[in-house]
Amino acid sequence: MHEDNKIILKVEEIYKRYREEEVLRGISFEVRKSETKVIIGPSGSGKSTLLRCINQLTIPDKGRVWLEGEEVTHTKENINKFRQKMGMVFQDFNLFDHLNALRNVEIGLIRVKGMGKDIAREKAMEELKQVGLEKQAYLYPAQLSGGQKQRVSIARALAMDPSVMLFDEPTSALDPELIGEVLEVIKKLAINGMTMVVVTHEMGFARSVANEVIFIESGRIIDQGSPYKLFTNPEHERTKKFLYKITELYGKSGEGNE
Amino acid sequence: MTENLLLVYQSLPYLLRGSMVTLKLIGGALAIGLIMGIPMAVGQVYGNKYVANLISFYVWFFRGLPVLVLLFLFYFGLFLLLGFNLTALTAAILVLGFRSAAYQSQIFRGGIMSIGEGQMLSARSLGMSKFQAIWNIILPQALRISIPGWSNEYSIILKDSAVTYAIGLMEIITRGNFIATRTYQPMPIFLTCAVIFLILTYGGVKLLSILEKKIRIPGYSNYGNSGKEY
Repeated sequence: MHEDNKIILKVEEIYKRYREEEVLRGISFEVRKSETKVIIGPSGSGKSTLLRCINQLTIPDKGRVWLEGEEVTHTKENINKFRQKMGMVFQDFNLFDHLNALRNVEIGLIRVKGMGKDIAREKAMEELKQVGLEKQAYLYPAQLSGGQKQRVSIARALAMDPSVMLFDEPTSALDPELIGEVLEVIKKLAINGMTMVVVTHEMGFARSVANEVIFIESGRIIDQGSPYKLFTNPEHERTKKFLYKITELYGKSGEGNE
Repeated sequence: MTENLLLVYQSLPYLLRGSMVTLKLIGGALAIGLIMGIPMAVGQVYGNKYVANLISFYVWFFRGLPVLVLLFLFYFGLFLLLGFNLTALTAAILVLGFRSAAYQSQIFRGGIMSIGEGQMLSARSLGMSKFQAIWNIILPQALRISIPGWSNEYSIILKDSAVTYAIGLMEIITRGNFIATRTYQPMPIFLTCAVIFLILTYGGVKLLSILEKKIRIPGYSNYGNSGKEY
């Protein structure tokens, strides 16, 4: 198999139930190197739970996850080792409130990777530059806008040199005028060949960046395929309905972010 | 009047030596409370149910009894039973410290629980262990939030220190009482004691509020001038 085609992330038959409610009912997919998978679906369909089951922030009831051929689920290996390689970006940023932007980015390098302070600082600054925030390096989260916070959190995840990035609705908590700057950063990552799984409601973004779009409803994959196929000719009535609703809500293809 | 002033003047060095004892007592007790209280709070929030229950039991016990009863139980009972022959000061530091640990653990527990779940999630997502996340991310924030509550604990324990009079510790009140019974002049003496306590309370609380401002997180709106703007 060609090196570029290598499977980075493999998710197999993930089930998760919270009491009576079955949130995930057998989700499987693969992400190859440099691929961007976009997951869409109505609220409460289990998208966030799915992402958390991938890096084991939520332990799935059944199913397995592999990262670069190594099993993440049911291993004796330290899960913290795997999490370093799966960068996660949250809907509400979750920056460390008591640390400035630079220290938010470097703390993982120092405490988890055991890097020296000077090298860590240099690398953290480099990552902040990548997301256009070197000028804000010494500001605290409470002094940053939502878009800036999310870019810091992307830099923080990237600093760990992950093999895959998991985005959990990265723009859903942002004011509309701030969405663009964050999507821009993610798009740049896609172009530079980062492997990514992105949960989003930004259909314009999905259309322009995704290699494959997965539509999830009630914990199952209903439809999946290229963005072209899904957006112009969805196989299932439910996909059609969902896309229709979302276009009504957010405008056609998330205009303005293209 | 002059007589009273003279008495106060003459008693002051003796009473101030007592306030040094008081300061040693509350310094030691607060330190024990801090060193025990933080891990107890962490154990109660993040520990398994056995750990959490054990800590709850401890807290229930030390918060449920009057200081005086605790002092007697330990000084005349438990410490002797265990074969420790402690001075009144050491015993008082331990008892007030164990009791303060119960209260302080609840102050810090409140602080920890006020930190959003997202902080832990994102720390773990970077590959931090639970311990690393608590140490590097949760506690630095929780302790900052806990300072006002802790400052309250300081002033409470300062005043509670007076009950060590009952086991004969030579602190402010014990000394005041000696002078008062010798001179038959309780009012000027106990007023002087009261002023010493007020000064100590003011000084400590002031220092803690300076600390609070000094380590305030920039841009965090819930501190300082909040209230004025609304």
